[in-house]
Amino acid sequence: MDHKEFIRGGTALSEDEIKSGKIFVEEDALDCRYAWDTGVAIGRYLAELKKGKIIAKKTNCCDRIMIPPRMFCELCYRPSGAWTYVQDTGVVNTFSISNIYYDASRVPSGEPNPMPAVIEIDGASKGMGIMHLLGEVKPEDVKIGMKVKAVWKPESERTGSITDIEYFKPY
Amino acid sequence: MRKVAVVGAGMTKFARRALETPKELSYQASKAALDSAGMKLKDIDCVAHGSAPDAFDGIHQKGEYLADGCGGWNKPTMRVFVGGATGVHAIAHGWYHVASGLADTCLVVCEEKMSSAMPHAQAFFLTIFDAITERALGLNLIWIFALEMKRYMERYGYTKEDMALSAMKNKNQGLKHPASQFYGGNELTVEDILNSEVMASPVSRLDVSPVSDGAAAIVLASERTARRLTDKPVWIEGVGWCLDTAYWATRDLYYPRYTEIAARKAYKMAGIREPHKEINIAEPYDPFGYKQLHHMEGLLLSPKGKTVELLRDGHFDMDGNLPMCPSGGLLGVGNPIAAAGTLKLCELFWQLRGEAGERQVPGNPRLGVAQAWGDLMQVSSVVVMGINNA
Amino acid sequence: MGILERITKNVDNKYWYPENDTFPVKNRYTAGVAGQKFFQELKDNGKIYGTTCAACKLTFVPAKLFCEQCFAELDDWVDVGTTGILWSWTIAYKNKDDSKKETPTLLAAIRLADGLLVHWLGECSPEDVEIGMPVTAVFKDPGEREGSLLDIGHFKPVIS
Repeated sequence: MDHKEFIRGGTALSEDEIKSGKIFVEEDALDCRYAWDTGVAIGRYLAELKKGKIIAKKTNCCDRIMIPPRMFCELCYRPSGAWTYVQDTGVVNTFSISNIYYDASRVPSGEPNPMPAVIEIDGASKGMGIMHLLGEVKPEDVKIGMKVKAVWKPESERTGSITDIEYFKPY
Repeated sequence: MRKVAVVGAGMTKFARRALETPKELSYQASKAALDSAGMKLKDIDCVAHGSAPDAFDGIHQKGEYLADGCGGWNKPTMRVFVGGATGVHAIAHGWYHVASGLADTCLVVCEEKMSSAMPHAQAFFLTIFDAITERALGLNLIWIFALEMKRYMERYGYTKEDMALSAMKNKNQGLKHPASQFYGGNELTVEDILNSEVMASPVSRLDVSPVSDGAAAIVLASERTARRLTDKPVWIEGVGWCLDTAYWATRDLYYPRYTEIAARKAYKMAGIREPHKEINIAEPYDPFGYKQLHHMEGLLLSPKGKTVELLRDGHFDMDGNLPMCPSGGLLGVGNPIAAAGTLKLCELFWQLRGEAGERQVPGNPRLGVAQAWGDLMQVSSVVVMGINNA
Repeated sequence: MGILERITKNVDNKYWYPENDTFPVKNRYTAGVAGQKFFQELKDNGKIYGTTCAACKLTFVPAKLFCEQCFAELDDWVDVGTTGILWSWTIAYKNKDDSKKETPTLLAAIRLADGLLVHWLGECSPEDVEIGMPVTAVFKDPGEREGSLLDIGHFKPVIS
């Protein structure tokens, strides 16, 4: 017996066949919007971001300082402890220079390439990082281990969002 | 727990855009799997179904919509969903139904139709991230896999060329798979991959598996039923899975420890002590070239940091010590998310029975492992399958 | 707060409302192997087709590629006519966004062979409607048809 006999269907179409109207399609877009409760820990985190500070939370069980802050330690499953401020500086753990936006569309030439990175925040436990973007640095100069500092939006423009930090830049 | 065998496998071709509806794809794969087992739908006790985010097919509560295409009419039907790991996870889920004694037969069906997602399936991944702390940054999976790839390469000093070599191996192997989007096409060189458009460094376009539509299915049976149906049952020797924290940025991405935990569970059940010596075929999850190497380490099939060396030495070739992704994998065949994991189980079934045609691994392989990975780079599902060669 | 009121800004950081305030994606659906042929007949010939499973003695409308009960592949195409039986119906007074419709719409479930088609009911008022009455498809002009369920404008009662 050969397995080829049991591979069936999956009829390939070209984009042209669809565009020409030969193949019938329906289009639809989900028309819905969301608002999310931030919860206790992230609510405080955002409120502090609005003030230009980064806050973390200590665990009572395994001696970690967690960023983003959590109401419980997900490793020991115990309630977490005291709030504590950490620095707005950190170290690049890993990064990318992107030629695409989230929807896979290309970054037009002349536009800056988004530079997503994981940044280990100074003052949090070793390796505890957040995802953010890098700026004020040439793509070719970005290195793992590079020290970076948050660039904050002006206070009046902050809304209590992770984007109150515009990006991190080398310092 | 009862012994459980795989007695049939089938799949559709994978296509960038399929004419078939999601139901029809599920039907085609399921019917082929039943036919290969010599069974009818009435012989099936229950259905284990897997499909990734509802958003791709664009149908909320996709499980219920797909149920009739999966053979679920008036039967106990359950859907599982762990992102990219779904295709292997669904088999573990089906295994429980039969191993527990609840059912004698179970049809496992996985489907994904990604071409429905416009403008591009990648856009939908924005909505899997934490809505408050991450989504506002406008990220997608290519970005975060680029972050993981970068970390992996940095840790061991691997180069872009090393990673391209890994992608090339599967892309070219996939040309031999009749279900492949590229079946019978032209071989690629390392240069082709290195020269392809950079999407998010270090990820280039040809480092990534293509977006696909497709479905794949297997049939599970209890020992007694299996022996009645076939003289070549393929046994499920072990299953395991594990999820790591969703705070993906707070753990080091260079090593998939959740894969190791899942693999150890599966190996323990299978009585495997030295996986790198005992396993004959590996089908690690390979949405990106680097990922299969990363996963070979997590599966304890290659020492940390030595995987590129082994790859270059031919260790993972079809005639090597441990053939890796003889199917061609996601890179070579296509990546309809959930169905891509099941593709790997189909491949083990065909390889262990000696039915894999021109992709057949020489030397009568007896034991294989398949693994898939998903969610926020945090979950692995592992299945070990074996055959008792006479 | 009414159920349709929305939080439109971050309030004391207790809510998060994204700047990009709709789901930024859409879907495009093919009609499928059976659907392609079904809609081709609807568009070109104004006919409604089903597929028959001889073993299960069922004719599915709209036509399906397979029988969900026995998993046979179906290729016995049957013209089921354009008149069915009203199986159930309802009156919709409101639009999706909760606003009031200018004219209430009649929505019907119509039995055609062994299938059930959901469509609009027109050219009648609620007091004329009875479950079990025959209703017939009113097609758009051939030039306006696109291979969609809306190639049928609505169904109307058969007055004999």
